[in-house]
Amino acid sequence: MTTETTTKTGVRNYTASELLAVMASRLLEDGQVVFAGVGIPLLAATLAQRLHAPGLTILFEGGTIGAFVEPGQLPPSTNEQRCTRRANMVLSSTDVLLLLQRGYVDIGFMGGAQIDRHGNLNSSFIGHPDNPTTRLPGTGGGNDIASLTQMIVAMKHEKRRFVEKVDFITSPGFIRGGASRRESGLLAGGMYRVVTDLAVMGFDEETRSMEVLALHPGVGLGDVQDNTGFELLVARDLGTTEPPSERELAALRHLDPDKLYIA
Amino acid sequence: MSESYLELRRKTGERDRSLREKVMSLEEAAQLVKDGSSVGIGGSTLSRTPMAMVWALIRAGRKGLSCARSITSSEGELLFASGASNHILTSWFSQGIVWGVSRIMRLYTEEKRARFEEWSHMAVGMRFRAGAMGVPFLPMRSMMGSDVLARLPEVRQIDCPFTGDKLVLVPALNPDVALIHVQRCDAYGNAQMDGLQFMDIDLAMAANRVILTTERIVSNDQIRRAPDHTKIPFFTVDAVVEVPFGCAPHECYGVYEPFFKHLDMYAGLLRKDAERGIAGYLERYFYGPKDWAEYLTLLGLEEMLDASRRGRRIYDD
Repeated sequence: MTTETTTKTGVRNYTASELLAVMASRLLEDGQVVFAGVGIPLLAATLAQRLHAPGLTILFEGGTIGAFVEPGQLPPSTNEQRCTRRANMVLSSTDVLLLLQRGYVDIGFMGGAQIDRHGNLNSSFIGHPDNPTTRLPGTGGGNDIASLTQMIVAMKHEKRRFVEKVDFITSPGFIRGGASRRESGLLAGGMYRVVTDLAVMGFDEETRSMEVLALHPGVGLGDVQDNTGFELLVARDLGTTEPPSERELAALRHLDPDKLYIA
Repeated sequence: MSESYLELRRKTGERDRSLREKVMSLEEAAQLVKDGSSVGIGGSTLSRTPMAMVWALIRAGRKGLSCARSITSSEGELLFASGASNHILTSWFSQGIVWGVSRIMRLYTEEKRARFEEWSHMAVGMRFRAGAMGVPFLPMRSMMGSDVLARLPEVRQIDCPFTGDKLVLVPALNPDVALIHVQRCDAYGNAQMDGLQFMDIDLAMAANRVILTTERIVSNDQIRRAPDHTKIPFFTVDAVVEVPFGCAPHECYGVYEPFFKHLDMYAGLLRKDAERGIAGYLERYFYGPKDWAEYLTLLGLEEMLDASRRGRRIYDD
């Protein structure tokens, strides 16, 4: 079914960002309601719509319900008119975010600057928040999405991004693991999958620690662990993902010909 | 601190809410905003940013404005760098993801020259909504367990008296003045907005004063032919200013998209040397032009045409 895209010499014909976008798109199912952030999530959700999930309903925090972003017309954020192309409805941004709280959204889909063992995300401060080495742009709708629905996070797999404990919890995962998320008052949602350019990860039911579920083609478990700043759990039935097909890559490159998100 | 309910009602009661013409110039409208005021800014990121009003306030030399916006882009950088504002309450602050992390936001917050007060996007919205509803707070279920919440002393957490669920209560936000840009309104301030509304309707209702800038002023008869398109009622509005391309170089839904080349050029200036880059930009585009038309001339006809063509395209099949 999937066309092998690794050339005869074993060299990949796709970039890490392209791999990430394709792998992320496969995690979305037809018929789902997905709240997508800008960048790879928006691109991967749009790709899923073009391939296996034509009935995917995409929500953006700018207020869009049911977007079909046009190829080559990617928006610079989820708040511009390009996000509303062929949409079913536009609401106020407050009201579209409230749909998360009401429970109408299946999956929240975001990128991340820094993530920890329990899936907490940091997009606010590197270093101490009172005296940071880097002030990052902040939560946007990230905190609301992560607080209120099941989450898929798509990000580059680097040691500095996968840390034991984030400097600052911008968007909550399983907080300190175990039942701490629920005890904090977050009754619904939680981290579902973390997809990177190396692997797909989930979270152990008990400890709520990150667990490798599947490796991407040509990636060893050691590669994943070496690029992670804490000890990963490994699923008993560790799988391997299918490499991106020509069809997936062609559709992706058609959507982002200017390499706005897949640079 | 949120002001008391009676004080809020008194301020509203004192406003002239009669059906009256309130058309004025950008310069006159800028006089309605005092130094140190709290200012709610409409639109989000690059969309329907009331850029002309921000431009006028910076040119008028306003200082110490405390601003609030759903998501903050280059207008926030310009407000910080000009000294017009030293405090921005928002959920996200950078020019836009495609241009990376804002160097001006970093410089001003890391060196503690100004404050970027971070709330979740929905929390900003619920604060404007509480302000619009005339209630002191609204409950919500996000932010719990996060460090965003831990840094917000104004938020209260309670156990719901009905269910026992943990909830956060976010206080109402009733800015002294709101700046909102729309596609069209009449001379009284009945505003019709196309496309994405963001938080602007709540913001207009919440604020103690609204300065409305508009792509064009239309007749009251035209408004009355489609009252369902009117999103902001005239009696919340205190000033109407007609400013074509009033969001440039940002976007106004259905009229023009962002001026991408200009925004790339601006980002390039800041990448080279954030402080000198933005100072030079302010000099050339904000302080230099004699009026808004001259500012638009500097942006250039070619870019304006391109942005308009892309903007109107949203209505094509």
